Amino acid sequence: MAFIGMRSIQTLPLLFHPAVLFSRRKKIMYFSVKASQSQTATQEKQRPIAISPHFDKQIIDKISKDYEAIIGIETHVQLSTLTKAFCSCPYNYGSSPNTNICPICMGLPGALPVLNSKVIESAVKLGLALNCSLSFNSKFDRKQYFYPDLPKGYQISQFDVPIASGGYIDLDLPIEYGGGHRRFGITRVHMEEDAGKLLHSESGSYSQVDLNRAGVPLLEIVSEPDMRTGIEAAEYAAELQRLVRYLGVSNGNMQEGSLRCDVNVSVRPIGQSQFGTKVEIKNLNSFSSVSRAIDFEISRQVLLHSQGQSDQIVQETRLWEEGAQKTITMRKKEGLSDYRYFPEPDLPEVILTKEYVDNIHDSLPELPEMKRRRYESMGLSMQDVLFLANDISVAEFFDATIARGAEVKLAANWIMGDIAAYMKNEKLTINDIKLTPQELAELIASIKGGTISGKIGKEILFELLAKGGTVKGLIKEKDLVQIADPAEIEKMVEKVLVENPKQLEQYRGGKTKLQGFFAGQVMKASKGKANPGLLNKILLEKLNAKS
Amino acid sequence: MLSTLQPPRCSLSRFTLHLPSKPSFFHSKQTPLSTPHSTLTDQLPTSNSSQPLQSQILSIRHSLLSRQITATQLADSYLNRLRALEHHLKSFLHVSETVRSDAREIDDKILRNEELGPLAGVLVAVKDNICTAGMPSTAGSRILDGYRPPFDATAVKKIKELGGIVIGKTNLDEFGMGSSTEASAFQVTANPWDLSRVPGGSSGGSASAVSARQCVVSLGSDTGGSVRQPASFCGVVGLKPTYGRVSRFGLMAYASSLDVIGCLSTTVADAGILLHAISGHDTLDATSSKREVSDFTSQISAVDSFESKPLKGLRIGLIRETLDKGVDGQVNSAIRAAASHLEELGCSINEVSLPSFSLGLPAYYILASSESSSNLARYDGVRYGNQATADELTGLYENSRATGFGSEVKMRILMGTYALSAGYYDAYYKRAQQVRTIIQKSFRAALDENDILISPAAPSAAYKIGEKVDDPLAMYAGDIMTVNVNLAGLPALVLPCGFVQDGSSNLPVGLQMIGAAFDEGKLLKVGHIFEQTLADCRFVPPLLADDIVG
Repeated sequence: MAFIGMRSIQTLPLLFHPAVLFSRRKKIMYFSVKASQSQTATQEKQRPIAISPHFDKQIIDKISKDYEAIIGIETHVQLSTLTKAFCSCPYNYGSSPNTNICPICMGLPGALPVLNSKVIESAVKLGLALNCSLSFNSKFDRKQYFYPDLPKGYQISQFDVPIASGGYIDLDLPIEYGGGHRRFGITRVHMEEDAGKLLHSESGSYSQVDLNRAGVPLLEIVSEPDMRTGIEAAEYAAELQRLVRYLGVSNGNMQEGSLRCDVNVSVRPIGQSQFGTKVEIKNLNSFSSVSRAIDFEISRQVLLHSQGQSDQIVQETRLWEEGAQKTITMRKKEGLSDYRYFPEPDLPEVILTKEYVDNIHDSLPELPEMKRRRYESMGLSMQDVLFLANDISVAEFFDATIARGAEVKLAANWIMGDIAAYMKNEKLTINDIKLTPQELAELIASIKGGTISGKIGKEILFELLAKGGTVKGLIKEKDLVQIADPAEIEKMVEKVLVENPKQLEQYRGGKTKLQGFFAGQVMKASKGKANPGLLNKILLEKLNAKS
Repeated sequence: MLSTLQPPRCSLSRFTLHLPSKPSFFHSKQTPLSTPHSTLTDQLPTSNSSQPLQSQILSIRHSLLSRQITATQLADSYLNRLRALEHHLKSFLHVSETVRSDAREIDDKILRNEELGPLAGVLVAVKDNICTAGMPSTAGSRILDGYRPPFDATAVKKIKELGGIVIGKTNLDEFGMGSSTEASAFQVTANPWDLSRVPGGSSGGSASAVSARQCVVSLGSDTGGSVRQPASFCGVVGLKPTYGRVSRFGLMAYASSLDVIGCLSTTVADAGILLHAISGHDTLDATSSKREVSDFTSQISAVDSFESKPLKGLRIGLIRETLDKGVDGQVNSAIRAAASHLEELGCSINEVSLPSFSLGLPAYYILASSESSSNLARYDGVRYGNQATADELTGLYENSRATGFGSEVKMRILMGTYALSAGYYDAYYKRAQQVRTIIQKSFRAALDENDILISPAAPSAAYKIGEKVDDPLAMYAGDIMTVNVNLAGLPALVLPCGFVQDGSSNLPVGLQMIGAAFDEGKLLKVGHIFEQTLADCRFVPPLLADDIVG
C-alpha cells in the first residue's frame, strides 16, 4: 500500500524497466527510464510512453565505461505573481489568446515598463534558498532580437550582473537509483520577462501571435555542469520544483510551462580534462523526458566517440521527440548570436538593502533539504523521508499530525499508506481531503490506546477522509469501541466452538491451521470489535483446553 | 570682465519692431491692442501684483472668468489663425476635430459656475511623437502612418484634466531624429520669421506653432536640444525640464535615458505654468522623479515689483567653450549682450570652462543612436503601423522597416546597432557612457560655483531649408550647445534675447540658461526677470503683422 502511494507522490516517475543500465567508475549508476503511469501529487501527468531502444544496449554498456557525461541545466521558472513583471495585466494559463494584454506588454509606442516588486522578492527568496550570494546593486539589460512573439524587439533580462550567483542545491537521490546525497552548483539566478506564443495554423500557411504570456516574470536558474546522468539531472529539476513550491514563488508546473528545462550535454573520454562539444536539448516537459533525453543523448554521443566520429558532434540545439524517444537536430549554431545587450534605460537599478534581505531570509519556510534532514533525524527511513518531504502540503500535514502527539512512524505509515492511496484513487491532493491532522493524531492514539482495533481504525479513516467528522464522534455513533472484556470474548469464543463442532474435531485432530478460521468467526461475531490479542489468547486456551 | 563688451541694449534696440496693427497675440502694457483677445490684457486685475502681465494662460483665465470672451470664441480665433497660416507654415500634422466641442464644455462649466482648471480653455499643440488617444500619433514616420494610440501620454492626460484643449499634433523630424524638421516623412515646416528657413528641430512644428500663435503653448520633446534649438530659431521660450521631472509615459522613445517632454511658449511664465501642470511622479514611468514639484509660478512676479537690481548676488557662469570659433559672430554678440544685461540686473558674470564640452557631441550621437536602435525595434510591422506584404518573416521585417523608416532614422539605427555589437561595445557605447559621467561631473562642479550657466542655444540662427540636409555632420554640429545638458540630465531654459540679421531677415537668437537638477524654479525666475526687463524687444514674427492673418 505504502509503495503504491509513494508512486503517486513522487515527482519523478519511477523506474520499472531500465533499458540501458551501466555502472560507472565513480560508482554512479545511471539508467534510461521508461515512463510510468504514475502521477504527481499536484497536477502533472505522465503519458505512458513506449520505449524505443535505438542502440544496442550491450555495446553501449561496454563502451560507456570509458566516457563521462557533463550535464548543465538552464531552468526557467514562471513566477506566480498576481500581475506581470512590468505591467498590471494578470496572467492565467489557458486564457483566450490576447485577453491578458495592455499597451505595455504589447510594446505599443510610448509604453514603459515598471517593475513589479514581487519579482525581486521572489528572486531574493530563491537566491537565498539556493545558497547564492546576492547582488545588492544589480540592473536590468535589454537582450535584443527580432521574433513575432517578442513585442518590443528586446527582452528585458539581466546580463552581466545577475541578482544572485554562486550557490548550490542539495538533494537526495531516490533509493531505487541507489540513493545518495548530491550537491550541485548554481551559477546564477536572474530575472527576466517571458515572450508571447506563436500559434501556427494547421495548414502551415500562417501563424498568429498570442501575447498573453508576454511580460510574465521568469527566474532563470543556471546550474554548474555538475550532473553526470539523466537521473541526476531529473532529480535536480525535481528539487528545483520542490523548492519553488515550498517558497510559493511558482506552481512549478512543467506541463503548463511554468518550469522549463533546457539541458546541455557533452561527453568526454574519462581522464580528459577538456570538455567535449556541447549540445543543447529543448522541449523537455516532464522530469522523465529530462532523464530519458539526456540518456539518449549520452548514448548517441558515446557511440559517435567510440566510432571515431566525435567530429560529428556539433554545437547545436536538438529537440526531444517524445513520440520517437530520441533527439533530433533543431538548429545548428552558426557562431554566437549577438544580442547586443545594454543596460535597460527605462528601469532604475535594483538596489537591495540588508534589512530587506534579512526580512526575507527570516521569513523563509523550512526548505526541503532541512525537512529531509529533520525527518531523517527523527528516525524515519530515507524512503519515508523522501515521500513526506516531496510535497510541502504533505509535509505540513505530517508535521501537524506529529505536533499533536502522534507517533512519528505511525503517522508516516498512515499518510504514505491508506491516505496516499485514497488521494490517488480519488485524484485529490492532501489539501482536498476532509481528514484533519488533528483527527489522524486522534485515530492513531485511539488504536494505540486500545479503544479501537486497527481494522476499525481503517474503516473510520475512510469515513474521515471522505466525510470528515471526528474520531470520537464516529466511534460513538457507530458503537465501535473495542471489546476488551475477557468474559465477553470468552462467551463469544464458546459460542463459536459450539456452533462448529466439525471444525473443532478436525482441529483437535491436528489440523491446527484452523485456528485462523475460528479467530475470524469470533471477530465476525464481535463485528470486528474484539481486541485481537485477547481474542487469540482466549481462543487458544479454549481450543486446547480439552485436547 | 565683460565690461568691454558692447552695451546690451544696442544690439537689441537696433530693430524697430513693427507692431502689428491687425490681431496681435502678445501682451504688453505698452501696446494696447484692439482685438478682443488682446484687450483682455488690460483687464488683468492690477490688485494682484504678483501676476505676470504677459502670461497668455493667465490672461485667458482672467477673460474667461470675467466672461469677456468664451472658450469657444477663443478656440475659433486660434483655429482661424491656425488655418490661415498653416499653408505657409505646415506646423501641424493633424488638427483636432473636437476643439470646439472641448471649448463648449469649458463654457458650460463657466455657465454652471464650476471650478475651472488652471489650463481651462488654453489651446495646447502637442508634438506628434507624444501619444494622444483618438488622434493620430505618427512621430513623423510612415511606419506609424494612421496609427491612433489607445491612450493619452501622461503629460497630455494632465493637461486635459486641468482644462487644456489639445488643438492638434505638430510636425517633427521622424521620431525626433533631426534638427530642422526636414526629416519628417510628411512635410517640411517653415520658420514664421522667414518662410524660406527651417524652424529648427526636432520640435519644429511645436516651436513654429507657438511663434505664429497657432496655439497658446505647446509640448515638445528634447533628447539633444529638440525643444531648445527650435525655440531659439523661432523666437519663443523653450523649457527642457530635468530628466525625470515629467513622465515620459506616452512619449515614443527615441533615446530613453535622454528623452524629456518640454514646454514651448511665448512667455517664461507660461512655460512655468505648463511645466507645473505636467510635472510629477508617474506610476507608469519608473524613471520619473518622486521629488515634490514646487509651484514654479510663485517665482513669477510683476515688473513693477522688481528692485533696481532684482538678481543681485546671482552667480552666472558663461561657458567659454560655447563662444569659441564655429559660433556665428552675431550670435556671439547677442549672447554677450544678454550677459551684460544680466550683469545690469545685479548678477555676477564669470567665464567658466567645461573642457569636456566638445566630447558631448560624439558621446551623444553614440548613446542616442544605440538606444534608438533598440527603441525602434518594436516597429516590426507585426502588431501595428506599416506592414509590408512578404512571403516569409524576414521579408516582413525587412520590407516593413525599409519602406516605413526614413533615411536619417535608418542611419541612426545602423550606427546604434554597430555601437552595441560584440567587439565594438567597449570602444563605443561604454566609452560614451564614461564621457557622459565626466560631463555630469564637470557640470556639477561648474554649478557648485555658479547658480546658472549660460550659453547660446545654437551656434547660429535659423538656416535655409535644404541648406544642411545633405550634410548630416554639419547638422549634428548644430547640436553642440544642447546635447551636453541632456547627457547631464539638467534643466535648461531657452528664451529669445536678441536678433541676428541675415540678408533681409531679422532672425531671433535664443539664450540658454542651464540650472542644477530640479532647480527649474530658479531658471524660471531669472528667465522671467530677464524677459520682462528686455525693453523694446518683442518676438512676434512679421508674418503675423502681414495681411496674411487678416
